[in-house]
Amino acid sequence: MGKNLYHKVFDKHSVGKLSSGQYQLFIGLHLIHEVTSPQAFSLLKQRGLKVRYPQRTFATVDHIIPTETRERQRPLKDGLAEEMLVAIEDNTKSNGITFFGEGSGNQGVVHIIGPEMGLTQPGQTIACGDSHTSTHGAFGSLAFGIGTSQVADILATQTMSMSKLKVRKINVTGKLRTGVYAKDVILAIINKLGVNGGVGYAYEYSGPVIAAFSMEERMTLCNMSIEGGARIGYVNPDEKTFSYLKGRKYSPTGAEWDKALAYWKSIATDADAEFDDVVELDGSALEPFVTWGITPAQSLQVTQAIPSVASFPSDERPLIREALEYMSLEEGQSIAGVPVDVVFIGSCTNGRLSDLEEVARLVAGHHVSPKVKALIVPGSMEVQRQAEAKGLKEIFLAAGFQWREPGCSMCLAMNPDKLQGRQICASTSNRNFKGRQGSSSGRTLLMSPAMAAAAAIEGKVADARTVFAYAKEAA
Amino acid sequence: MTATTTAQPAAGAAQAIIAKVQGRAIPVRGNDIDTDRIIPARFLRCVVFDGLGEHSFEDDRLGLKAKGQTHAFDDARFQGAKVLFVNKNFGCGSSREHAPQALMRWGIQAIVGESFAEIFFGNCVSLGIPCFVAGEESLARLMDAAEKNPIAEWSVDVEAGMVKGPVEEAATLPAGPKSQFLSGRWNSLNELLTNLPVVDKVASGLPYVSGW
Repeated sequence: MGKNLYHKVFDKHSVGKLSSGQYQLFIGLHLIHEVTSPQAFSLLKQRGLKVRYPQRTFATVDHIIPTETRERQRPLKDGLAEEMLVAIEDNTKSNGITFFGEGSGNQGVVHIIGPEMGLTQPGQTIACGDSHTSTHGAFGSLAFGIGTSQVADILATQTMSMSKLKVRKINVTGKLRTGVYAKDVILAIINKLGVNGGVGYAYEYSGPVIAAFSMEERMTLCNMSIEGGARIGYVNPDEKTFSYLKGRKYSPTGAEWDKALAYWKSIATDADAEFDDVVELDGSALEPFVTWGITPAQSLQVTQAIPSVASFPSDERPLIREALEYMSLEEGQSIAGVPVDVVFIGSCTNGRLSDLEEVARLVAGHHVSPKVKALIVPGSMEVQRQAEAKGLKEIFLAAGFQWREPGCSMCLAMNPDKLQGRQICASTSNRNFKGRQGSSSGRTLLMSPAMAAAAAIEGKVADARTVFAYAKEAA
Repeated sequence: MTATTTAQPAAGAAQAIIAKVQGRAIPVRGNDIDTDRIIPARFLRCVVFDGLGEHSFEDDRLGLKAKGQTHAFDDARFQGAKVLFVNKNFGCGSSREHAPQALMRWGIQAIVGESFAEIFFGNCVSLGIPCFVAGEESLARLMDAAEKNPIAEWSVDVEAGMVKGPVEEAATLPAGPKSQFLSGRWNSLNELLTNLPVVDKVASGLPYVSGW
């Protein structure tokens, strides 16, 4: 019987079993940022330990960095943010770790810069003190979020302890309709399996819809695996993966490329591999999704009305009521038409060039509603450069969007980009938790970039397929 | 074998055996309580974990206060509690270790819940906070009992897999973490360090590490 990618890659990286019965796992690529690493470096210093494999850790600054050009002047106005930035600059410098700060020209959201520089490759184990590390699974790597104690473990040993997960294959069949995106697919999966349905599992995404996805769409898909409870989500590498990687800064070249290709192909799931569970989703039936509540599973298709409390199992009803109250929405209310105050397009979920290109294609000739503050935040300096070279900046500015510098921005609002009071935001990010976007009473509706663009134009949740007359485009 | 600990991981070698946590209990009701709620992101602007404890559940606490209600963490009756009772999927969302660090610094030394998010659970193990799993009905009884008698003393036993106080309920830990707590090896760094020669060997066998 064959093996799936998860077990192949895990076994290759296993150093052995620990006394707890867990495995000691070698981590091939360790990514760090300013929020979850300073305490780990302090621990190493306290214990007199050195970074064991400094060439296998790469760093950037993304969470706390302001996205307005004038606010990026050093020292940062926010003293705490400046202290964190200085800490990562010092820690990487004194330990011989490559740091992609602003001066490098490659600063950006950690899950955007890893792939775009070719650091992320198939068959690697990848860890980062950030739950959206699952993004890198798009390349056929085992990529997962860790806490700061594990950041210290990896700095000191390039390993961490980990149990083996079960593997669930999620087969997305059919063909997506026009106006339905990777974001809608992952929101549909989370809606179907629940926010804790993936606990204990790695998700292998497969089927014709996934095969047809670009690498950037696969990244959006894998990114939100953790929102369904799965610490790891991956797609088997294929020709799209290889052609994406060709020629990138850290990609192998020449004879090494051929060796790499052989390794990358060898770790793909075998045709006769078995899975602990298999789930099917009909991609052809999906419509654009929007969340209405305070977990990423509390979502519906834009054509639908918010479900009644009674339609949920009794133990879920308190949370449903809490969500409706927090969001000031009512059961039976249709989600289309809900007014929005802010629109945020960006994040490690949807801050890549293809996301921005799609928004630009749609909003050209339209204008943001005067009631709405709309931000577009490129995921990295490279995305920013490419978008500007393609003339997207002008389109966004003409349509009334703000065009910002790269960072996590309003996804989690550890920087100056925050909701105020009870503002409601149409957001392409990944979490609609209470208070997530920087105001303890602020509200978030998660959706695709196209749907967020439609909300910006209309000033309310609206079906992008109608607002932008996709039918014409498709015909 | 009954040593209790404040669970603060020593910077160095020795770790306490964690066999039992004894003290008062505090219930926080609700499924899917995410780590943004346990410690809002604005408190992550720091380079040390000190001082996080007082901000545990800060926005939930403020939200309830505004409605004239009291969050358990603001309730004078529960101050000094060491055992936290929760419902399903506690600690979901962000991987921030700041969440269990905040709870630990508030005084929590053990958690009993219906289920936990995976990263949160692992972070708790690294900090020496056992997260026990019990059934829905057990949690309902535990929470009711703690609310009815907040000054009751509870004992959470790692080996026996039992929570004892005004009521008694079975509560389990997976075999791996259980042995880690009982042997004083819950923070794995020391053990990882002992295997470095094997680590280097495995690394050199990986084509992308060895340089293709």
